[in-house]
Amino acid sequence: MAVEDERGPVAAPARVAFWNDPRYRALFFQILVLGGVILFGAYIVNNTLDNLERRGIASGFGFLSKTAGFDIQLTLIEYNEESSYGMSFVVGLLNTLLVSGIGIFFATIIGFLIGIARLSRNWLISRLAAVYIEILRNIPLLLQIFFWYFAVLRALPSPRNAISVFDSMFLSIRGLATPRPIFEPGFGYIVIAFFVAVAAAIIVAVWAKRRRDETGQQFHTIYASIGLVVGLPLAAAVITGFPLSWDYPVLKGFNFRGGMILIPELVALALALSMYTAAFIAEIVRAGIMAVSHGQTEAAFSLGLRPGPTLRLVIIPQALRVIIPPLTSQYLNLMKNSSLAAAIAYPDIVLVFAGTTLMQTGQAVEIMAITMAIYLSISLLISAFMNWYNKKMALVER
Amino acid sequence: MADTTMVREPDEHPDLPPPATEVGVLGWLRHNLFPTWYDALFTLFGLYLVYLLLPPLIEWAFIKATWSGNTREACNPEGACWVFIKVWFKQLMYGRYPNTELWRINLAYVIAAVAIILLFIPGFRWKHWVGVFLLVVFPVIAYVLFVGGAFGLRPVETALWGGLFLTIVIGAVGIVMSLPIGVVLALGRRSRMPVVQAVCIAFIELWRGVPLITVLFMSSVMFPLFMPEGVNFDKLVRALIGVMLFSAAYMAEVVRGGLQAIPKGQYEAAEALGLSYWKMMGLIILPQALKMVIPGIVNTFIGLFKDTTLVLIIGLFDFLGMVQLAGTNPDWLGFSTEGYVFVAFGFWVFCFSMSRYSQALEKKLHTGH
Repeated sequence: MAVEDERGPVAAPARVAFWNDPRYRALFFQILVLGGVILFGAYIVNNTLDNLERRGIASGFGFLSKTAGFDIQLTLIEYNEESSYGMSFVVGLLNTLLVSGIGIFFATIIGFLIGIARLSRNWLISRLAAVYIEILRNIPLLLQIFFWYFAVLRALPSPRNAISVFDSMFLSIRGLATPRPIFEPGFGYIVIAFFVAVAAAIIVAVWAKRRRDETGQQFHTIYASIGLVVGLPLAAAVITGFPLSWDYPVLKGFNFRGGMILIPELVALALALSMYTAAFIAEIVRAGIMAVSHGQTEAAFSLGLRPGPTLRLVIIPQALRVIIPPLTSQYLNLMKNSSLAAAIAYPDIVLVFAGTTLMQTGQAVEIMAITMAIYLSISLLISAFMNWYNKKMALVER
Repeated sequence: MADTTMVREPDEHPDLPPPATEVGVLGWLRHNLFPTWYDALFTLFGLYLVYLLLPPLIEWAFIKATWSGNTREACNPEGACWVFIKVWFKQLMYGRYPNTELWRINLAYVIAAVAIILLFIPGFRWKHWVGVFLLVVFPVIAYVLFVGGAFGLRPVETALWGGLFLTIVIGAVGIVMSLPIGVVLALGRRSRMPVVQAVCIAFIELWRGVPLITVLFMSSVMFPLFMPEGVNFDKLVRALIGVMLFSAAYMAEVVRGGLQAIPKGQYEAAEALGLSYWKMMGLIILPQALKMVIPGIVNTFIGLFKDTTLVLIIGLFDFLGMVQLAGTNPDWLGFSTEGYVFVAFGFWVFCFSMSRYSQALEKKLHTGH
């Protein structure tokens, strides 16, 4: 080390021995880590190849095109016993996405309602919301799924005594029977009208924003958008003569025929997932709204904004900045938690692919790799989106 | 003038009591439940909800419930059959652990409880030693007690472990192991060495991106393939490794949040003092960072503890798995609801007290300005 001496010139910095030089040290450690990882990987690959050879399992993805030979209880696309393992994978993936979508939809609604109720100045309402949150989020999700599936849905009446809602939906031990929409020719026009309306609404919004930036004139984009998005498809429906009818479920023998049957596994899983995640979303919403300081409200009031616009233009945009990142990770959790489906035999990707297909083919490495890769890529996609969003929404400070 | 005598001193004026609608029970009701007409509607709605849920629940769980007896015939079908819990209590708590050896588990519980109570006594002088005992000596004692095979203890294979005991073992091992691994991973992710950083990021994102169930599946079907011929891991050990790596990745992200929140000046000050990397981290950065993320750490612990229930999918009979097993017993079909309520209550007590403790700790350690 360079030491300044009162007697004479400053000693030249001593040459550091190379094993004390941070640069060489860093290099050394990195080589060590890399070497360790590579050795470990090679060891595992070597063992795996050995074991596979001994068990006579051919590796590779050829099995995907072989005939699966098992049926799946719930399929969103054409699938039968003659379909390939690859098809069973697609069916499982779609089922995972289906239950995740339903779960996310209801979890968001319930979560926001409970979160706002938790902040209510009404003592009873806020207590009830707190009880909901504290009970639901401190009990394992798997237990909740079992509760809904084995304790509640198993206790439902037989189809003959099903609980009916408006004589069109029937809840029984066989699941929830709902009317199924039948799209008659001409329905495509309504869909086209809907997309045209959405495009028009976006154009109107862009135009309104530009006009506001230039002239300061307000335009009620929201009403125009609702009018467009509801009105155009409605008009198309009137012109084409309502090309949509419903196929109602009817009790025949011991079960319902026709309509759409939501299997109890799906109902239980969606219920448990959305109620469990809603407890977490409620806390996120509460924290987000509380994170906007009261000074913001007061400042908005002192600028002459009324409570409605204050909420819409000042509080919510700032609260959303806090809410959305953890909210997305809750959605991600919900999607990953939907893999608990395997425990109640809902045919999701884990049960169909990592379960049945793996048992039949024995291709453990390939199947686990595909399954994990699917979850991983969805997660990484969403986190990439989140990072982009965070950057966009982050406070721009001087 | 006589008029001036009419002017009263302020203190002669008797203070009127506040209006009855502003204070006391009535005032509280008015302010908290019925301030406006729509609040009143909400309150009535809430009361209706309570009325709908609470009385049937109390009636089922207490009034019409059966507490005594030994068979299902003793139960009132309209109420809860707590006899089910009573009959299966040993299995729910210890699994199929041999009856004559249960004292070993209980002894470990007692040692752990005493140590933890000592930790909570304020001003207890040898807290550090108790901590070291709990983290270093106790695991060895517990291992010897549970597994046996030494000191004349009968070996008990892990296939017999189960119930709440197994849940606590998995939870405790996961919690104790995931924090140090998580800290190392977080430091690696923040490291300036690109290779170390890349390895840590890949590891963390891999485990965080997949559901625990696939990790457990992987540990049960792929670990045997990874190991050389003849090496065979116990099923429980495989599950433990899976749980540990999974929660370590989550822990790493929590700790990283804390590391990022430490102002740069702290790092620079530590370096200016000439501290080495490990001294800087161990003495300056980590104590502050970990303190900052206590809520996140405890949340991860709670998540991990709840997630231990997933091991039943790979065939281990934990607390919840035991209820599932008991529910399939032909003599006790149809009593799973009681079992679920019991297990739910057990988990709730653990998780809720952990979250309350973390809130208290957060307040205690809060040294902000």
